[in-house]
Amino acid sequence: MSKPNPNYKGSAWDKFTRWAKGTYDPADGKLESTPPKDRLSPGERAERMLREYDQSRFEEGVAKEIGAFQIISRIFFVLMAVFMVVVLLYTVSFLPAFGDPNSPVNNEVSQRYIEQGLEETGAVNIVTGMILDYRAFDTFGESCVLFVAMCCVTILLRADKKNEIRLRVREEHEMLEYEPQEDNILQQAARILVPLIVIFGIYVVLNGHISPGGGFSGGAIIGTGLILHLTAFGVGRTRRFMNERVIKTLTVCALTFYCFAKSYSFYTGANHLESIITTGTPGAILSAGLIVYLNICVGIVVACTMYSFYILFRRGAI
Amino acid sequence: MLGNLLTNYEDVAAVILFVIGMGNLLLQSNLVKKIIGLDIMDSAVYLFLASKGYIEGGASPIYVDGIMDASYYINPIPAGLVLTGIVVSVSVSALMMALTICLYREYHTLNLDEIMLKLGKEEM
Repeated sequence: MSKPNPNYKGSAWDKFTRWAKGTYDPADGKLESTPPKDRLSPGERAERMLREYDQSRFEEGVAKEIGAFQIISRIFFVLMAVFMVVVLLYTVSFLPAFGDPNSPVNNEVSQRYIEQGLEETGAVNIVTGMILDYRAFDTFGESCVLFVAMCCVTILLRADKKNEIRLRVREEHEMLEYEPQEDNILQQAARILVPLIVIFGIYVVLNGHISPGGGFSGGAIIGTGLILHLTAFGVGRTRRFMNERVIKTLTVCALTFYCFAKSYSFYTGANHLESIITTGTPGAILSAGLIVYLNICVGIVVACTMYSFYILFRRGAI
Repeated sequence: MLGNLLTNYEDVAAVILFVIGMGNLLLQSNLVKKIIGLDIMDSAVYLFLASKGYIEGGASPIYVDGIMDASYYINPIPAGLVLTGIVVSVSVSALMMALTICLYREYHTLNLDEIMLKLGKEEM
């Protein structure tokens, strides 16, 4: 019987024996993404077996009860689809030809928008002039729809205490297994791309009234830049400037400003009344009355919404 | 009658896309695929609207060289309508995805038939 080696723990032979027993993995912590561990506790194993049992029973049930119903519903759907295609194509054949200048769509409404839009709104982009001046309340409703959708998703994904515990456990698990750990290629690319994308988004927002673009498209571009930053640098670093409080403040401030700014038309902006907001010289950045500011508001709301949708679906919380 | 059908091939494509999307919505039992089907239907509606606004030879609705003649540009109204549609469809898709996640947490499956079966078992 030999003396126990004092350096035994951590030696190559120790590692080898532990590897043979299955308690040590030499690749652990050295690979960029660790493979998911397949060691389940007895409770989890029982749950999985129960789920498999449920699955097999479900398949039996499908074969018995739903199978026939599904075949009937499929046949019924094919008949209905053919019927719908025929009816809709019959209708299409009576529609005015594609690109016809005399079709009833091109009536006096669009004519007025085009002929007097520049004079009345000051926007070179007719669509922007239309949606942010003539139909600004419609656009306000759209921004509110986005905001409400963001709130609803937040509520649905973290409704109660139970979900929060589940979220925390999953967060720790994901941090270890799925989150990219200091991906160098992605980070170097993001360092160059994120500022470019965000600046391009700001350009599109600010030039919404003189070139193609506007709050919605520019906001989506800025949101993409933020999502790339989040993917490359992880949640912790993005949260420093885009946390729940910042998003809430930005969105609510933008919507409130939009609401108050557009309320001016109740007092001064309506037809035949003197307006203090001038349209300026068409083509300049600071022209077209309030359209630039409204575009910025819409851009902020859209960027925050896009970013928070992404992070909500990825982690369950902003 | 058929002549118009051939010149309106954008509308024909929109109709076919619409029915494909509806097929996905009704026949797939996977909830995520159902949502994708609804999004395809949305795209069909945008295609239809955008094709209605086009005028042969018209420029995009941005003033060029101070031309204020309505016949020079295409119709700007469908563009505004499509914008509204896109925003609403993004919101609706996100909401449906969130509801799907809730259902998945509760029933551990995305298959609607399976969920209905489990729901029936709970009620019994």
